[in-house]
Amino acid sequence: MAKAKSIQPQAGALERAWNWLTETQIWTSVFRHDAPLNDRNRVLVMLSNVFLHLHPVRLKKHGVRLRYTWCMGGLSFFLFLVLTFTGVLLMFYYRPTLEYAYSDIVGLREHVPLGIMREMHRWGAHAMVITVWLHMFRVFMTGSYKPPREFNWNVGVIMLVLTLLLSFTGYLLPWDQLAIWAITVGSNMARATPFLGYEGPGASLLAIGDVQLIHAADDARFALLGGTFVGEGALLRFYVLHCVALPLVIGFLMAVHFWRVRKDGGISGPL
Amino acid sequence: MEAIKGLFNLVADPRLFFLLSVVALVLIVWKREAFAKLSVGYGLMGFLTAFFLFGLFDENFVLIIAKPDNVPIVALIFLVVFFTWYSMREAVLNDQRVAAGEDVIEKQESDRVWVWPDLVYTELIALVLCSAVLVVWSIALEAPIEQPANPANTPNPSKAPWYFLGLQEMLVYFDPWLAGVVLPSLIIVGLMAIPYIDTNPKGNGYYTFNERKAEITIFLFGFVILWSSLIVLGTFLRGPNWNFFGPFEYWDVHKLEALNNVQLSEYLWVRGAGTALPDNILVREGVGILLSLAYVTVLPVLLAKTVLKRYYEKMGPTRFYVGAFLFLMMLSLPIKMFSRWLVNLKYVVSIPEWFFNI
Ligand code: HEM
Repeated sequence: MAKAKSIQPQAGALERAWNWLTETQIWTSVFRHDAPLNDRNRVLVMLSNVFLHLHPVRLKKHGVRLRYTWCMGGLSFFLFLVLTFTGVLLMFYYRPTLEYAYSDIVGLREHVPLGIMREMHRWGAHAMVITVWLHMFRVFMTGSYKPPREFNWNVGVIMLVLTLLLSFTGYLLPWDQLAIWAITVGSNMARATPFLGYEGPGASLLAIGDVQLIHAADDARFALLGGTFVGEGALLRFYVLHCVALPLVIGFLMAVHFWRVRKDGGISGPL
Repeated sequence: MEAIKGLFNLVADPRLFFLLSVVALVLIVWKREAFAKLSVGYGLMGFLTAFFLFGLFDENFVLIIAKPDNVPIVALIFLVVFFTWYSMREAVLNDQRVAAGEDVIEKQESDRVWVWPDLVYTELIALVLCSAVLVVWSIALEAPIEQPANPANTPNPSKAPWYFLGLQEMLVYFDPWLAGVVLPSLIIVGLMAIPYIDTNPKGNGYYTFNERKAEITIFLFGFVILWSSLIVLGTFLRGPNWNFFGPFEYWDVHKLEALNNVQLSEYLWVRGAGTALPDNILVREGVGILLSLAYVTVLPVLLAKTVLKRYYEKMGPTRFYVGAFLFLMMLSLPIKMFSRWLVNLKYVVSIPEWFFNI
C-alpha cells in the first residue's frame, strides 16, 4: 500500500493532481506500490505485475546488453503478439471458402479505408521468421544451448518449425495465384515421403496382394491437403491450423520457453 | 556500367556463387582478426548498400527486388551479413582479451543491475522501434494480391514461400523424397541434436571463436551458406523453368539450358564397360548403392580411425557416429553439387521404377 503523501499547499497544481490521483482507491487497487524509483519498489514492480514477472528482479549487466542478446528473442515474442492482434482483426473480415476467400481479401482493401492490418500481418510474419532465425544464430554463437539449456534449445527448434508452418499455412489464405501455387509446390514434396507418399520410395511395397495401400487419395499429401490437390479441403485445413491449432501450440511452448529461461538460471553467461 | 553488370551476372552463377561463398567463409574463419575490424563491417554494409542502389537503375533487377514478398530477403541479406560480422567481431574481441590475460567481457560485466529500469527501458525502446519499422513498411508497401487462384494456370516459375526456397533449390540436385522430406527432417533432428553432440564445455555464455572453432565453422557453413545463401539464390537468381538468371538478366521464358546429366550406372556400364544397362535393377545400380551405403557406414568408421580420431575418443561412439552421420548428410548437398558441376553426374543411384533416386 502506498503511504499517504502529505499534500503540500505550496506544491504546483500538477503535483497536487498527481498526488491526488495516486491516492484514489482506483489507482491503489491497480498499483500496489509507488513508482519504481527506489530499490524496494523496483523489487515490488517485478513481483506484482503479471507481465513484468517474466523477468527476474535483478540481472547480470551483460545480459541486458543489446550486444549480447540482440533482443531477437524479445522481438520474436513481440512480433508474435502483433501477429495475434492483427490476425484477430483480419478474421473479422475473412471467410475461408472458395467463394469468399479471395474477394474478402480484396474487399479488405476497398472497404477498410487506410487499413494496414493485412500489411502489418504479412510483413510482421516475414519479420518474425527472420528474427527467430537470428535469435537462434545468437543463441548458437554465445554457446547458450550448452548445459543446462539443452532442453530450451530444443523447445526453440520446435518453435522455429512452428513459426515456419504458421507462415506457410497463412500463405494460402488469400487464395490468389501466388498462394495456391506456392502451397502446391510446397505440399508436392509430401507426395514423395518414403512409404507414406504415393510417389515415395517404398510405398509400392505396402500392398496386400494386388491392393495398394498408399495411393493419391490416402497418402501423406492427402492428409495435409484434405484432398488430392490444393482446393477447398486444403483451404479449410490451413485456416484452422493457422488461426487456431498452431498459435495455441506455439503460445504454449513460448510459456514453457520463458519459464525455462528463468529456471535454467536466467540469461546465460560465463560461469 | 554494362561491364559491371556482366561481372555480377557471371559471379552470381550458382557454381561460382557457391564456390565464392565457401572461399569467403574460409577467409572469415582464417583471417578473423582482420575480418573483425570495424572498417570491414562498414565496408561490407557500404558495399551491399552500393550494390542495391546501383541495381535500382536496372529494370530487370528492380523487377525481382521490388516484388513485395522479396523485400524481406533484401533485409535478410543485410541482417545475416551484419550479424555474422558482428558475432565474429565479439568473438575475436573476447579471444583477444583472453590472450591478454583478461576476463571475457561478459565476465567483466557480471555485476547485477535492476531489471527496472535497465532492462525494461531497453525492451520498450526495441519494441517502439520495431513497431515503427513495421508501420512504415506497411504503409509504404502494399501486401501483394495476384489473380484469383486458378488451378489450370501454372505460373512459371512456381515458387514456394521464400523461407523454403533453399529446399526448393535442393530439388535441382536431389529427388523430392530427399530434398523435400528426408533432408528437412534431418535438419530439424540435427539442430535438436546439437546440444547433445557438442560436449565441449567451453564457450558457454559468451562469444568466443578460439574455444569452439569446429562448432562455429560448421554452424556458419550450415546457416549462412547452405541455408541463407541458397534462399537468396532461389529467390533472386532462379527464373522460369528454375533456370539460372543473373541479377541483371531478363527472365526469358525461352532460355534453354543443355541438360546433359548422366547417371552413374550409365557412366559405368555404357561408357565404362561398353555394354548395355543390365536388366536387373540391383546389378545395374549395385555400385551406386554400395557407394551410398559406404558413405554412411564405412566412411564414419574410417574417419573415427584416422583424421577424426581425436574427436572419436573425446566424444565416445554414440555421439561420434550420430554426429558424423548428420554431418555427412549435410555435406551430401555440396558433394552432389560439385559432382553435377564437374562431371554432370545426375544420380548415384537411379531407380525411377521405385521412385528411388539418390
Ligand atoms: C518463436 C520463437 C521464439 C521466441 C519468441 C523466443 C523467445 C526467447 C526470449 C525472449 C529469450 C530471452 C533471451 C533473448 O531474448 O535472447 C529466449 C532465450 C532462449 N532461446 Fe528463444 N525464442 C524463440 C525461438 C527460439 C529458437 C528457434 C531457439 C533455438 C533453436 C531458441 C533457444 C533459446 C535459448 C537456448 C535461450 C536461452 C538463451 C540464453 O540464456 O542466453 N529460442 N528465447
